[in-house]
Amino acid sequence: MARRTFLDWPVIRQLRGADPTGRGTAVTSERTRRTAPRTAAADGVTDSVCPYCAVGCAQRVAHQDGRVIQIEGSPDSPISRGRLCPKGAASEQLVSFSRRETTVRYRRAHGTEWEDLDLDTAMDMIADRFIAARRRSWQDEDEHGRPLKRTMGIASLGGATIDNEENYLIKKFFTAAGAIQIENQARI
Amino acid sequence: MQDFANADLIVIEGSNMAEAHPVAFQWVIEAKKRGARVLHIDPRFTRTSANADRHIPIRAGTDIVLLGGVIRHLLENELYFAEYVRAYTNASTLISEEYGDPEDLDGLFSGYDPATSTYDTAHWAYAGDTEQVARGLPERDETLQHPRCVLQILRRHYARYTPEMVQNTCGISPEDFEHLATALVENSGRERTAVFAYALGWTQHQGGAQMIRTAAVLQLLLGNMGRPGGGVMALRGHATIQGSTDIPTLFHILPGYLPMPTVGEDDFAAYTRKIGMKEQKGFWADADVYAINLLKAWWGEHATAENDWGYHHLPKLTGAHGTYQTVMRMLEDGVDGYFLFGQNPAVGSANGRLQRLGMAHLRWMVVRDFSLIESATFWKDSPEIESGELRTEDIGTEVFFLPAANHTEKAGSFTQTQRLVQWRDQAVRPPGEARSDLEFMVDLGTRIREKLRDSTDPRDRAILDLTWDYPRDAHGEPDAEAVLAEINGRHLTGERAGEPLASFGEMADDGSTMGGCWIYAGVFADGVNQARRRTPGAEQEEIAPAWGWAWPANRRVLYNRASADPAGRPWSERKKLVWWDEEAGCWTGHDVPDFPLTKRPDDPGDPAQGGAAALAGTDAFTMQADGRGWLFAPTGLVDGPLPTHYESPESTVPNPLYTQQSNPTRVTFRSEDNLSSPGASAPGGAVYPYIFTTYRITEHHTAGGMSRSLPYLAELQPEMYCEVSPQLAEEVGLEPYGWATLISARSAIEAKVLVTERMTPLTIGERTIHQIGLPFHWGRGGTAMIQGDGANDLIGMNLDANTQIQNSKINSCTIIPGRRPQGAERGELVREYRRRAGLVDLEHLEVDGAAGAPGAGPDQTGAVHTVRGPEEAAAVPTEESTTKEMRNR
Repeated sequence: MARRTFLDWPVIRQLRGADPTGRGTAVTSERTRRTAPRTAAADGVTDSVCPYCAVGCAQRVAHQDGRVIQIEGSPDSPISRGRLCPKGAASEQLVSFSRRETTVRYRRAHGTEWEDLDLDTAMDMIADRFIAARRRSWQDEDEHGRPLKRTMGIASLGGATIDNEENYLIKKFFTAAGAIQIENQARI
Repeated sequence: MQDFANADLIVIEGSNMAEAHPVAFQWVIEAKKRGARVLHIDPRFTRTSANADRHIPIRAGTDIVLLGGVIRHLLENELYFAEYVRAYTNASTLISEEYGDPEDLDGLFSGYDPATSTYDTAHWAYAGDTEQVARGLPERDETLQHPRCVLQILRRHYARYTPEMVQNTCGISPEDFEHLATALVENSGRERTAVFAYALGWTQHQGGAQMIRTAAVLQLLLGNMGRPGGGVMALRGHATIQGSTDIPTLFHILPGYLPMPTVGEDDFAAYTRKIGMKEQKGFWADADVYAINLLKAWWGEHATAENDWGYHHLPKLTGAHGTYQTVMRMLEDGVDGYFLFGQNPAVGSANGRLQRLGMAHLRWMVVRDFSLIESATFWKDSPEIESGELRTEDIGTEVFFLPAANHTEKAGSFTQTQRLVQWRDQAVRPPGEARSDLEFMVDLGTRIREKLRDSTDPRDRAILDLTWDYPRDAHGEPDAEAVLAEINGRHLTGERAGEPLASFGEMADDGSTMGGCWIYAGVFADGVNQARRRTPGAEQEEIAPAWGWAWPANRRVLYNRASADPAGRPWSERKKLVWWDEEAGCWTGHDVPDFPLTKRPDDPGDPAQGGAAALAGTDAFTMQADGRGWLFAPTGLVDGPLPTHYESPESTVPNPLYTQQSNPTRVTFRSEDNLSSPGASAPGGAVYPYIFTTYRITEHHTAGGMSRSLPYLAELQPEMYCEVSPQLAEEVGLEPYGWATLISARSAIEAKVLVTERMTPLTIGERTIHQIGLPFHWGRGGTAMIQGDGANDLIGMNLDANTQIQNSKINSCTIIPGRRPQGAERGELVREYRRRAGLVDLEHLEVDGAAGAPGAGPDQTGAVHTVRGPEEAAAVPTEESTTKEMRNR
């Protein structure tokens, strides 16, 4: 760093420059001037929506090398006008928090610990169990001979931060399979 | 949200908006800057109260008395918006002679059957010739004088809801009541509008749907529906909880609020006629078209006119099959497998202990979440393992934990609280084996279809014939836009084959179109994802029609025809929204008009045609079978056509109006693990003398799965606490920041003590009523950074009969200083208090696997007026039984 001269004294700088009230350029240090926002290095910024409450605040998700590096409120939104609450502002941690699991965990019946299982095997086991549960608990008709065409052996409960498209497929497939106990946080 | 800024008065009741919806609250502040007044009515003084012009503390659960008092004030003093009420509401409609009011029947409406605890709603029907009533043309008395006209019924019904009744029931002074009533009157009418905002503080009651209805009745009388700065705003709590009811994962409805068929409904035409008849007024007359398009979207070429479009593939309901009924079924080993998609019932659902015990009865469960939540680890570290009630080795439940992609790692849409559909783009790929629920479902469906490919079993036909061919990207992720396009629908044949539907009006009944959710038709108009539109707010007018897409038809204010007078002119220049343009011969304005565009205000309507054509030019409520806003709801609710006050079952105050203490249709589950305090009904109620009410705080979200593991949020609000008044702390001997143990008839929990004047002891008659506030975000077990006892463990599975939603807002407990006992002693403490209260352990009755819940079943009587409209699930009529003591699930 260059040696400071008399003219670099903040108060002198303030009086000399275009910032006589001392609230802008006059009071920035060399370090401040060199500091760039985290988002400056981003590969891209994606438009998103906050996943917490139902206000639907717009978010801008900055990412770099396939990783989310920052989430901010989008000033474009006519609803949120750039603002986020503590949860929305912390939502970058919903990507990076240390206790997040990124592999399948399996607990066998009567098991005392988690085990590893690969995703493909897990999916196949779930599909088999689904078919078996459906066979075991199928109800063709009620005691009066009226059609039921359903299974009471399968149930589902969804959060209300899963997408419309996801809800649609859950309802579509499970209903076609005869499962009726398909529920959501909206009941709670 | 932005429309709050247009209000002259904002009444927030049953919500702590500043804390639970902080970013939306900027519009309340905006309204204040423009001169609006803000009133907050809530048991607690909160951040919302701090920003309001006045906070009115209320005894939890007495909102119908308060608002009923305002209704009485309007009617007795002729202060309602007469021109609006005459033209747009059913005030003039005559009700059947069979109708009997609770005022005459000591708290019951006519038609009550004590054997089933249900009503025959036929008693509440409109009067008139059956065919005319079906056409939305019941008998009316335009002078509003006939004793059986709705306005006079309303007047008699609320006659005893006086300021004194309000004071002695709600604990609200006559001065506060006067302030509220006057503010509402002064800020309604041609020139001014008032809005109500509520949240779970209304919904989560046994009688919650009726609390919301009271606000709707009041707003209709004041002429505040369908107008800028008016309405009843549901402040919903989750990113797409609105979407989850529109495109539901709920047992009782199909997409677009079409009901799930019930047993015996084997005639497709009869099924659709029950939803809406061709001769009735308004858009529900085309219910058959909407149903055909849904079935066509699901079963494609296999859905034909000959097979009723695949209708017979749909499974049938036999009663209520809600999440709480399912838990009871689990406890009886009636459920094999359970899927949790981002949901944590071990913490988030009422009676947490039963939730966890139920899961221990499953054969297998699939938990899809970001981390190992309490519902994933109950077999290892739940409170029941700690107490010795369960042993890990004994639990036979296989658990698959599948890591989930978060909102930045997948594309898709959320529907927020004002029906606005907003699309998210994918920013990054999910890490490791994390996947979206979309990919999970497509993959699971594909595998099951593959495994069943050669099946000749007829029961597998519905799965094999399903349209299930979703395009995937290079990583195998299904294209969410393709799913949205299916929800929107498209033309299948003819010149426009393949083209997306522009609106539900393009849907046909001959199989030439399909669409998965009729109210969403138009979200993909012109092949463009309209939900992805992001024209900045600064570049648009305030209503911002080019940001996202609101169902239906990108309309931002429902029933906005009512923003103009009967002649089609805005009620005032100041409150102009939609109006009739005589020169152009159509409706126009700042919003998409909620009316047939070229129907003149003086159009008499054509009853011969039915549907939209039958609407008269003043029938502003286009989803109602008679085109009117309903002060009196002849159908749609199972516990009465008018809101009436009942005390919550655990309330310690006798009902001041009737000997009928509590809502006679309420649903509960008979089980020794789901007991209730008798409240004011028996001396044992004194063992649990305090009312507690649960709530949410800014820094956490629901059961904590998305907040208690995030370092910032965990640090901001690390501990479970209870809010008590200085007077209660003194009475019980609680130390600030010390520990307290709360004991209900279900469980005992511990919490840090926050002594605060924000809690106001209320004087009810000769007594002082203390209320305790409890946030419900904490739980024990799992891997969250912060843990604490769960408030939901204290709450019973006691449900509103309309919605099957639990009562979380008024339950009784006692509170003692110090921490709760550990291990088995915790349960012993709970049982000790039960014994003192004389609560007898009940054996719950066996489930009949095939029959499901018995009881009344679906409302078969009210076809003419049945509304399954775009309300939230909470207000949608139910198909289910409503037995007081549900003997079955």
